[in-house]
Amino acid sequence: MYDFQYHRPASLADAAKLLQSAGDDGKLMAGGQTLIPTLKQRLAQPSAVIDLGGIKDLAGIKVDGNAVMIGALTTHSTVASSKDVAGKIKALAQLAEGIGDRQVRHCGTIGGSIANNDPAADYPAAVLALNATITTNQRKIAADEFFKGLFETALKPGEIITSVSFPVPEKAAYVKFPNPASRYAIVGVFVARFGSGGTGGGVRVAVTGAGQGGVFRAHKIEEALSKNFSAKAIEGLHPPASSLNGDIHASAEYRSHLIGVMAKRAVAAAG
Amino acid sequence: MAPNDVGSTGIGASVRRREDRRFLTGRGTYTDDINRPNQTYAWILRSPHAHAAIKSIDTTAAKGAPGVVAVFTGAELGKFGMPCGWLVTGKNNTPMVEPKHPALAEGKVRHVGDPVAVVIAETKSQARDAAEKINVDYAPLPAIMDMKAALKGGGTPVHDAAASNLCFDWELGDKAAVGAAFTKAAHVTKLDLVNNRLVPNAMEPRAAIGDFDRATGEHTLYTTSQNPHVIRLLMGAFVLGIPEHKLRVVAPDVGGGFGSKIYHYAEEAIVTWAAKEIGRPVKWTAERSEAFISDAHGRDHITHVELAMDKDGKFLALRCETLANMGAYLSTFAPCIPTYLHGTLLAGNYATPAIHTNVKAVFTNTVPVDAYRGAGRPEATFQIERLIDKAARELKMDPAELRRRNFIKPSQFPYQTPVALVYDTGNYDATLDQVLKLSDAAGYEKRKAESKARGKLRGRGLASYIEACGIAPSNVVGSLGARAGLYEAATVRVNPTGNVTVFTGSHSHGQGHETTFAQVVSDMLGIPMDQVEISHGDTNRVPFGMGTYGSRSLAVGGTAIVKAIDKIVAKGKKIAAHMLEAAEADIEFKNGKFQVAGTDKSKAFGEIALAAYVPHKYPLDTVEPGLDETAFYDPKNFTFPAGAYVCEVEVDPETGVVEVQSFATADDFGKIVNPMIVEGQVHGGLVQGIGQALLETCVYDKDGQLQSGSYMDYTMPRADDVPSFKVAHSVTACTHNPLGVKGCGEAGAIGAPPTVINAIIDALSEFGVTHIDMPATPNRVWKAIQDAKAGRH
Ligand SMILES: Cc1cc2nc3c(=O)[nH]c(=O)nc-3n(C[C@H](O)[C@H](O)[C@H](O)COP(=O)(O)OP(=O)(O)OC[C@H]3O[C@@H](n4cnc5c(N)ncnc54)[C@H](O)[C@@H]3O)c2cc1C
Repeated sequence: MYDFQYHRPASLADAAKLLQSAGDDGKLMAGGQTLIPTLKQRLAQPSAVIDLGGIKDLAGIKVDGNAVMIGALTTHSTVASSKDVAGKIKALAQLAEGIGDRQVRHCGTIGGSIANNDPAADYPAAVLALNATITTNQRKIAADEFFKGLFETALKPGEIITSVSFPVPEKAAYVKFPNPASRYAIVGVFVARFGSGGTGGGVRVAVTGAGQGGVFRAHKIEEALSKNFSAKAIEGLHPPASSLNGDIHASAEYRSHLIGVMAKRAVAAAG
Repeated sequence: MAPNDVGSTGIGASVRRREDRRFLTGRGTYTDDINRPNQTYAWILRSPHAHAAIKSIDTTAAKGAPGVVAVFTGAELGKFGMPCGWLVTGKNNTPMVEPKHPALAEGKVRHVGDPVAVVIAETKSQARDAAEKINVDYAPLPAIMDMKAALKGGGTPVHDAAASNLCFDWELGDKAAVGAAFTKAAHVTKLDLVNNRLVPNAMEPRAAIGDFDRATGEHTLYTTSQNPHVIRLLMGAFVLGIPEHKLRVVAPDVGGGFGSKIYHYAEEAIVTWAAKEIGRPVKWTAERSEAFISDAHGRDHITHVELAMDKDGKFLALRCETLANMGAYLSTFAPCIPTYLHGTLLAGNYATPAIHTNVKAVFTNTVPVDAYRGAGRPEATFQIERLIDKAARELKMDPAELRRRNFIKPSQFPYQTPVALVYDTGNYDATLDQVLKLSDAAGYEKRKAESKARGKLRGRGLASYIEACGIAPSNVVGSLGARAGLYEAATVRVNPTGNVTVFTGSHSHGQGHETTFAQVVSDMLGIPMDQVEISHGDTNRVPFGMGTYGSRSLAVGGTAIVKAIDKIVAKGKKIAAHMLEAAEADIEFKNGKFQVAGTDKSKAFGEIALAAYVPHKYPLDTVEPGLDETAFYDPKNFTFPAGAYVCEVEVDPETGVVEVQSFATADDFGKIVNPMIVEGQVHGGLVQGIGQALLETCVYDKDGQLQSGSYMDYTMPRADDVPSFKVAHSVTACTHNPLGVKGCGEAGAIGAPPTVINAIIDALSEFGVTHIDMPATPNRVWKAIQDAKAGRH
């Protein structure tokens, strides 16, 4: 790890100020589960690390009408064990329960996960499939506008995620095929069906772990499921390998096949 | 053999491991826990290239960086070459090519991770910061990665001394007899196999501290070693030229090794040398990512095997062609792994009359490869047991029956194999019977139907194995090229009040010696176990030792302890005879008492000990005071643990995911001192074996960059990857050591891989899949199914 200035502001405003004065070299830290390993391997050299952990009102879960709002600093384990989340969007609690290991779940946060936008992370699939809204200290960003590619998001310098608001679907499920080593997603498919009101209805399907540009929506599968929400309806439907990513664990062809299988399993699990 | 009744702590008792109290409460003392006054910290700058010429190294900026005490490169340390402990002689009496392995690179780097420079500073961070300021001008060369291509030569070889990257071309067995047998065979089965390269991943990364005492001229090296005396010998005599009496090597608690901590590594020599150079202690501790690119790797063979059989499935001959990857340099014992620990095991458990093997060892631009849990024997077992399974399938024969038909039978021992070894004893039918029962062979079809109802393909796999352990008779290994003897030493020191300190050359780095050895002593001397302390790991305390590997500790190190105890008892009889005014021949030692036979006159063990140190009424004219004996034991033969394993897997045909549903083992380890520890060793070995079969593999890209260089990509087996094991034993006692023991540390890692793969092939047989390489990852299994369905075999 290289040396850096460590700050632990008590308010969002202070955090924003510190971030601004640090310029390009400032880094926010939430759970540190991605940032600290990066620092330890000397892959990043921030001049300042601004720890959000002291800002109490960034953590917490609220049910707000037909949406579940999760504070940016809420840990995966809090989401996994939340009765509110389980009651409204069980798939989201289950997704959180499947992230990393116990230690990671007790430190890692939803804000850190989506800000990082690792192409193999789980939360981006939920955010995109549930058509969530990301709130920052400056604005609200729709899920479809947020994820911009590998480790790229719509966040501007100085912008801090404060919460994520998930519309409650009629049915949803997330099924993940984990990387055997890291247990991130090789393929993760989040399927959500909404009633006709609210968010406009229809089915949204998001795929993580497989895309060359990170999380993406599987439009053909969405269309098929919108007509007939059943595993049968999407038999043989999966994005072409040419648009997917291959590595030492899984070829693009295999990922393409797995998307089909995971999507069917997710539809079955959603009931 | 034990004359004493010590109740629940003697030989055969499942005594809980005494050392675990300190390990589980965080009170162990590992090398990195040791800090010396005025200590400095070393950071090793490693090559980012697999193969490159070093045009220049500029250390000026690094030397001026904050906290830096010294910077050294190959200019200072290149003159020290890391030695190889085994000379293999190939065909036509050609000795292996043995290129220099400099402690720091000289003119060229040969693998990613090759040490190039060392920075020594006041803190580890400062050393690392300064290392980034070293400017190395590399001229990259194409990396030699693929063994087959490497042997064709062309391009810049890894070493100039080996133009076609061949280290040696070795053979064993009667080639003509094998050829003749193949021509008259009724059936021949052939198989191409890869034994995947593994990273050892001991829980404790390597570490070393060099310390030099100017007043006495004594060097001390604290290091994570399985064999401190071997390091003292190799580093002292062959690298730095420090005589033994001025070099102390301490291997304190060591957190696992699996072979990777046998070898003498450059970092040990660097810190020892530098400590004297700068006049301060120097500490180096590997990061986990460094361990991936600097600990010797394991396995990495490519093999073609063929089996000739008569019309009844009787084995006539076996032949094996193997390419063995040595990596960029010869690690300490590398050349003996694919030869004397692999080629000599190709008879397996079978009475195959003719066997021939040819091994070509190849240099590549990868981390050096050496022994890893099982070392050579897993490779041999995988070849034989996969081949037999394929043969059984081709012959439409029950794989158990085909094995049984060819087993060496109990009446045939001692059995001379066609590949040099003489097996002393065994009963392979017994372990096979035992494992078939334990694994509920009878209920299999029902379980298969249940799996099918859930959409899963169930498969059942069987493998037998044999291993040569307890290495080894020194004259035998000497004639095969070992540059060391392979005996073991022990001192049994009876203290004046009757308690005992045992100094053993068998280092414990997870095996539980402090418990097992104490049980043996307690049992033989008839004293409670808590009166026995086992001391190991310090060349200034232990008389000598060749260390712990190859499942040799109890069979060789334990026997040295037994021999020393025999001397203690013999001396005790002399003392007792004098004290009891009886003839020495009339004294018997039983239940911790020296007794005049047929009388009730006796002296307790403690009384004799006290008399030996307070020799008032003592035969001083014929017996020396004191009760402290040392023995060296050189084994008469290898020991031959053997067994049979069965596992059942379920394959998800949609995803290719394999789940090990059950695993049953029947091992013959000879006599067992502590069944619980043995069971633990089997469990650990099985998990590593299942890890190799399903999960672990070391992947390099074509440029020699390690793609599986962290736990993000290198899959270690975890608890939820394995079922609860069913473990059983049958016993044929080893005939040539007094404890009758054979060794148990490696069995699981040897027997598990073919068992798992055989089960997967069984599950996939309905698609016509006949082979799959390890690790059988979901992607590979899925692809095998797709290819088979498409008719692409
Ligand atoms: C062993 C291990 C296994 C893991 N397995 C999984 C897995 O299976 N699935 C999975 O999805 N993830 C996995 N992760 C990642 C884990 O979920 C992380 O917690 C997550 O990616 C980052 O969250 P964090 O709170 O730790 O963020 P940090 O590491 O603190 O920060 C990550 C990045 O986000 C930025 N950031 C953090 N908070 C904010 C904010 N509020 N606004 C703007 N930017 C912010 C930081 O500046 C930094 O760039 C794993 C991690 C580890 C170490």
